[in-house]
Order: sequence, then structure tokens, then C-alpha cells
Amino acid sequence: MKIVHTDVLVIGGGLAGLRLAVAAKRRGHEAIILSLVPVKRSHSKAAQGGMQASLGNVIKGQGDNEDVHFEDTVRGSDWGADQQVVRMFVNTAPKAVRELAAWGVPWSRVRKGDRDVIINGQKVTITERDEAHGLIAQRDFGGTKKWRTCHVSDGTGHAMLQAVADQAIADSIPVHERTEALALIHDGGRCYGAVVRDLIDGTLTAYLAKATAIATGGAGRLYRVTTNAVICEGIGHAIALETGVATLGNMEAVQFHPTGIFPAGILVTEGCRGDGGLLKDADGHRFMPDYEPEKKELASRDVVSRRMEQHIASGKGAKSRFGEHLWLDITLLGEKHVKTQLREVYEICQSFLGTDPTRDFIAVRPAQHYTMGGVRTDPSGQSPTLKGLFAAGEAACWDMHGFNRLGGNSVAETVVAGRIVGEAIADFCDRSDNDVNLPMGLVREFVEREQARLDTLVRGGGGEDASALRIRMQEIMTSKVGIFRNGRDLQGAVDELQQLLQRSRRIGLRSHDPGPNPELVTAYRVQKMLRLALCVAYGALQRTESRGAHYREDYPRRDDSTWLRRTLASWGGDSDTLPTLAYEPLDVMAMELPPGWRGYGAKDYIDHPDTERRAAEVAALRERMTGADRFTIQQALMAYEHLLPDALRGRNERIDERFVK
Amino acid sequence: MNESPVKVVPRNGGSAGGAGRQLQIKVLRHNPQRADSTPHWQTYDLEEAHGMTLFIALTEIREKLDPSLQFDFVCRAGICGSCAMVIDGKPALACRTLTKNHGHTITLAPLPFFELIGDLSVNTGKWMRRMSERLHGWLEMKDKAPDIGRIEETMDPALAERIYELDRCIECGCCVAACGTARMREDFVGAVGMNRVARFRLDPRDARSDVDWYDVIGDDDGVFGCMSLLACHDVCPKDLPLQTQIAYLRRAMVRQGLK
Repeated sequence: MKIVHTDVLVIGGGLAGLRLAVAAKRRGHEAIILSLVPVKRSHSKAAQGGMQASLGNVIKGQGDNEDVHFEDTVRGSDWGADQQVVRMFVNTAPKAVRELAAWGVPWSRVRKGDRDVIINGQKVTITERDEAHGLIAQRDFGGTKKWRTCHVSDGTGHAMLQAVADQAIADSIPVHERTEALALIHDGGRCYGAVVRDLIDGTLTAYLAKATAIATGGAGRLYRVTTNAVICEGIGHAIALETGVATLGNMEAVQFHPTGIFPAGILVTEGCRGDGGLLKDADGHRFMPDYEPEKKELASRDVVSRRMEQHIASGKGAKSRFGEHLWLDITLLGEKHVKTQLREVYEICQSFLGTDPTRDFIAVRPAQHYTMGGVRTDPSGQSPTLKGLFAAGEAACWDMHGFNRLGGNSVAETVVAGRIVGEAIADFCDRSDNDVNLPMGLVREFVEREQARLDTLVRGGGGEDASALRIRMQEIMTSKVGIFRNGRDLQGAVDELQQLLQRSRRIGLRSHDPGPNPELVTAYRVQKMLRLALCVAYGALQRTESRGAHYREDYPRRDDSTWLRRTLASWGGDSDTLPTLAYEPLDVMAMELPPGWRGYGAKDYIDHPDTERRAAEVAALRERMTGADRFTIQQALMAYEHLLPDALRGRNERIDERFVK
Repeated sequence: MNESPVKVVPRNGGSAGGAGRQLQIKVLRHNPQRADSTPHWQTYDLEEAHGMTLFIALTEIREKLDPSLQFDFVCRAGICGSCAMVIDGKPALACRTLTKNHGHTITLAPLPFFELIGDLSVNTGKWMRRMSERLHGWLEMKDKAPDIGRIEETMDPALAERIYELDRCIECGCCVAACGTARMREDFVGAVGMNRVARFRLDPRDARSDVDWYDVIGDDDGVFGCMSLLACHDVCPKDLPLQTQIAYLRRAMVRQGLK
């Protein structure tokens, strides 16, 4: 039995995993990163438009601060988020952006003086301040009150990933590329590491660690049409679920991005609309103002995606041989802007559509984009039910996005959570009572169990085709668990997914190579993915309300009285075909921002019985503290700073909030 | 602003075209993990679809014709650099290659120079990490402990854009696969390595000077190994200005060497 020992085992080498490993290593703990691919190829790279952080350098961002970012994020989440976690996040995001600047990210910078921008379809001249010249620039994004999205042209994730991966190399953190964790090793209360498969030669190794962190990103490939990379299959989610101890939060909360290129689903950034691009229908009509007079194209993603599908359903979609779609028009931004600030979009249109976005409209339709649900953790990133298991980034549900994430908040979350959870892991490893006394018998048992499962797939002689099962699962998810959901379709999806799960136990392979065998990989992954798909579909079936990205045609209202609670899915045993769902209520009386209207989307919702009381309490407290500074008021409403590592507490300096030297 | 969508409807109705042809995808196969494997060509027959890329074609082959075929895709959008291979004799990204721009037989081989994992999959990641370690390919911070609560250092906006221009490298390996020097010198850093150095040399946040850079690339495995054949420049899928960067760098290193 091959065994590798380390202090911290990081599963996933995207931005969150890398940042987490760097944090732990700099505190003196050895870390090993497992990655399916070379880390600079991770899906973090696909973040185009930018990272939200309330620096307030550009004139349209003046007045931005943590409070505004906090409110935007909570409203965006449709009150599903943990508000303390959102506070931790918004306070750390400016620090994270500035740290990355010090690490070499070539953030786009502010130029002083006049510049022409497109706002609401009109050319407007704005004047940047002299004192902002050369500071990090921000652009507009959906669901935000201020221009807050810091960016590197439209290759933000790429540039961030370069810088953070470089720091990991500089810190000599080993990355075990082309390896995949198949199971977490645990005794029902404590996680000890993982059984890991080498994707080149097919051998299994036990990686044993004091702390194990899942940072494997999203599960977009549960769907047929997704912007996600092909490696975003949710295997990190699945191995946590399969412990039967760790839980997954809010898996039914799935985001659809308004502008996936039709029909391939390749993303074009929200920055297109943030910079002034418009959505148009078959008649060339700009339709979003008809539905969303306040925020128009820049309402939150869940709202814009629904309005687009609604508009297509009303007969206004443009027709093509692949079906109907709408148009994204960025021709009005001008050639220079597109070729410098949206150059990835330009390249993508040229390469994949053979069109020139400075002259032609772009065919778009909403596509699966983001997994709000994830491994349920506390604000430090640790599983409340499985000690020593941590999670960060898209794979985690700590839970800052609730039922809808704002654009630019995920790539920001990767580095913020990576740092926070990395520090928490270092604290965890520092404590001697967390040293592991490794139960070697248990380790052997787990490795042998995984080997037996692989052997069964390779030699079991079953008759089911892994690829066919996978394709059918993806079709069900896209057609029945998509943007518009209803009880009948969801029940149909759950029923058929259960059948697929049972069939997946009888997969037979055509290629019997135990080593580098892509069919074997598809086979063991589809078994895991079906469990996740069932968490999504069954969670969506049970949630009889509409909140954020989860929209039920048969229950169109948000219902705080019943559903202001987080879904927790766990998996009982190998023979089960459904997750067990439990619910964790959100405490309205502890909220800084009690539930209300988001400022866009439906105004119709059912209040929680505590909402009125808490709103009155908050209003009275604000009244009583008139004259106090915003930090004191915030602290009185909902303390959170104690949850942050020491190094990340404290304020953020801005042009309009200078520190006294 | 032209409101009419008529002009924008692509001639083929929304995709990049190419349909109905019978394609033959000819793949150079070999599995070095198996003692009984020898390199051989295998041909797959496939019906071309509209807007078909090699990502779509190879995925279809694996899903329907041959589940054992090895290749690497991640983003399938031309930004991650995973899927470089030799396509009809030229290194390129498979995901961005539209079949309609090729004949009905398309020949695919793994990138040369890199360690072969199997079929079209090569270990670029391992090579890139080693190159990065050798060159110290990360920002050596002038300010080791910046106060991240304070307003950031300013940077000239045009300089930030120039740094990003070089930072756009996706380490796909096309430049090394096309390189004449790399065929002869296995430790040659390639255009990817020299571009990396050029990127940090340009960055005022980096503490190093040409004395330091000369130590890492002032030899035949570095900038003096380049024979200026510049196939790297021609094949770079991100259109990086490799020709000028290598020339600038060589001039700077000659200056440094003469000091």
C-alpha cells in the first residue's frame, strides 16, 4: 500500500486550493495539492470579467465600501446567504485584491481625466479623478450599486491564477498533477485524508493528513449545456457526500449565466453588459427595460436569465438550426474597447463563431454557470460534522452566495476564502490535540474498498454504457432541473435519475485497461455525479418556493415563512438512491439586513414572522446611533470580526477614507 | 448604432458552419504504459456537424466510437492551453480548431518534445513547472510585506496593459513543440520561458535586474540558444509578440554579458 504523509492535503488546484495551500505553508505546515490537471489550467482561469472588491477608485465607484458590497451580495443571494460570512468576505476582498497586486497581477488601472463610456445605451463622458490615476480600476457588473469589479482586461481569472500558482511554486508547494481523490478516509467523526488515483498509471495511494481541504470547484457538468470546463464534475462534492457524515448545502441552488454563446455554451463575460452591451431579440429590440426598468441588463443573473427565457417563450427568440436564442450587442462599445477590454470575447467570437463582435451581434442563451451549493462548512471553512475536513471556493457552502451569486463575487471568493480557510487550517494544525494517530487498518480498508470498486468496473462484465448514462443524466438536468422548474418535471427527473443510478451499478467497460483508461474514469465519475444530480433535483423538488436562481413555476413566490432555511443533503449508504434532506433555519433576528425586496425581480414574497420585528429593531438601533460612524453601527447590528483571522481584521483604506498616518 | 439584426445573422444561421461531410480523423496512437503498445495510426470516421471543433469531434469519438482514446481538454474555450496537439502538421489548440477549415482527412499527433502520457495527451504541466522553478518564474517582490489594508501602489495604466500582454501566455507548449533549438537542446527554456522572463523584467514590482536575469537565461539553454527560426511566433495561439520579446531580451543580455 502506497502512503504519502503531509500536514495539509488540498484537493483541487484552482485559485481557492492554491491560495489555501500558500496560507498554510506560510504558517509552517507542509501542504500537497492534488490536481486533475496542471494547476494553471484550472477552471478559475475562465473567470473573465473581474473580481468584486469595494476599492472605489473609479468615479462611478465613489462612495463604495463594505456596507454597499454587503447589501448587494445579500440581496443578490435572495437572503439565502449567511450574513456574517458575507461580512467576512466583503471586508477581506479589498485586501485580497491589493495582495494580488503585490504578487504581480497586472490589474487594469485608472487613467485620470475624461473618458467616454456607454451607460444605458448612451455615450456618456465621465471624468476620473487625478488622485485615482494609476490605481486599480473597476467596471460595472450586474446586481451592484457601484462600479466595483476589479479586472485585468477580460482575462482576470487567468492573471490571478498565474500569480497565485507562481507563489505556490515559489513556496515549493508540491502539486501532484493528474491525480484524483476517489474517497475521503474517515472514521465517522474525523477525516484523515483521501484515497487517490493516479490518472496516468491508474495506481491508488493513500494520502494522510491532519487537515483535508476540498477546493474542487463546481459541478456544471451535471448539465448538458454549461459554461463550465470539462473537469467541473463535482467529484469533490461527491466524495464529501459519500462519507455519509459531511453534508452538502443548498445543492438545488444552480446559477444560469445569461450569456453563454449559443449553442456551445462558452461563456462571454458579464463585463460585456457591464461595459454597456445590450440584449436584443429577433426584431433587434432591446427588451430588458420592458421587464426590469430599474436594473435592465444589469439585474442579477438569475433575473436576467429568467427574463431572457421568458422573452424567448413569448416568441421573440432569434431562430437558428440549433433552436432559439437572443443577441448580445457590443458593437456600440467600439472596436478599441472590445479589442482591449474584452479581448477574450473578441477571440472567442472569432474562433468559435467566425464572427466579429465589433460588427456582429453575438448569439447567446442562458447556460448553467455556477454551483452555489457545496460542502457545508462553518465560517472557518470546516465541516461541522466531520472534523478535519475543510472546503473553500465554489465547492464549499459557507455560505456567502445563498440562492444566487453576484457576478465577480466568485473569483473574489476563491482568494478570500482560500486565505481565511488556509489560516483556519494552520490554526487547526497548530493544536497538538489535532495530531493524528493514524488508524492504519482503517486506511487499508478504504484503499482496498476503492480498488475493489475499480476492479468491479473493469472486470464486472455489466452491460450499461457509462457515456450513455452520463449523457442522459445531463439531458435530464438541462431539460427538467433548469431555469424554470415545476413539481411534475422535477418528480420525473428524480425518478429517472434514480433509475440511472441503479443502472450505473451495472456499468460494463469496453476497454479493460486498469491504467490510463478514460472510460473507467467516466464510469466511476458518473456514479458519483448521479448522486449529486439527485441532491440537486430532489432538493429542488422539495423546495416549494422560488428563491434566487431556484424558480418554481408552481410556487412562484419566495416564502420566508417556510423556506428561509438551508437544505442539507447527506447520503446514507451505497444502496440508497436518494439523499436524506434536513434543513437548517436562518435566524432573522441575527441578520444585519432583514429580508425584503431585492431591488429587481419579483416584488411578491411571503414574510418570515420575525422579519417585521427585526426590521424595527434594526431601524431603532440605527436611529439611536445617529452620528456614530458606520463601523460602530455595523458592529452593533451584527458582530463578525471575531470570525476573521487576526491578519485580516481591520479597515480598508480608500481615496475617500484615508488612514491617518 | 445600427439596430437592424439582419446584417448580423450569420450566413449559416448561427454557427460557424461545416456540415454533412464525412470526416476521417487520423490519430497517432501509443500507450507507453503498456509494454505491448507500439505507435500506430488509427482512423475514425465521423459525420461533420455545423460549427464542429476538434473538441466536439474527439469527444464524440470517445463517447461513441472508442472510449480508450486519450486526449486533454479543460476549458474548451481557448484559454487554458490543455489541448495543444499537432494538427495537420502544425501545433495548435484543438478546441479552437474548426473542422470546416481543414480537409476531410484531419491528422492528429501528440505534441513532440514533451513526455507522452498516451495518444494525444502529453505532460506539458510537468515541463512547465520545472521551467518555472529553473527560471524563478514568479514575481520576486520588492516589498515583501505590503500593508494590504492601505491603498495600493499606483502603476501606469499603459504599463499594466503591456505586462498583461505578456502575461497572456497559456503555457500550451505550441512554441516549444515548434522550436528548432528544443529538438537539439532538451534543457532549452523555449519562447514560453523567455516570454516569462520578459514579463517580469517589465514589471516594476519585481526586485530583479539584468544581472540576475543573465544568470538564468544568459546561455545556450536560454536566450543565446535561440536560432531565430521563430516558428514559436507563428504558432502561438495567443498571438504573443514573441519575436520582438526574444530580440529585446537577447539585446539586453548581450549588453549585460559585455559589462
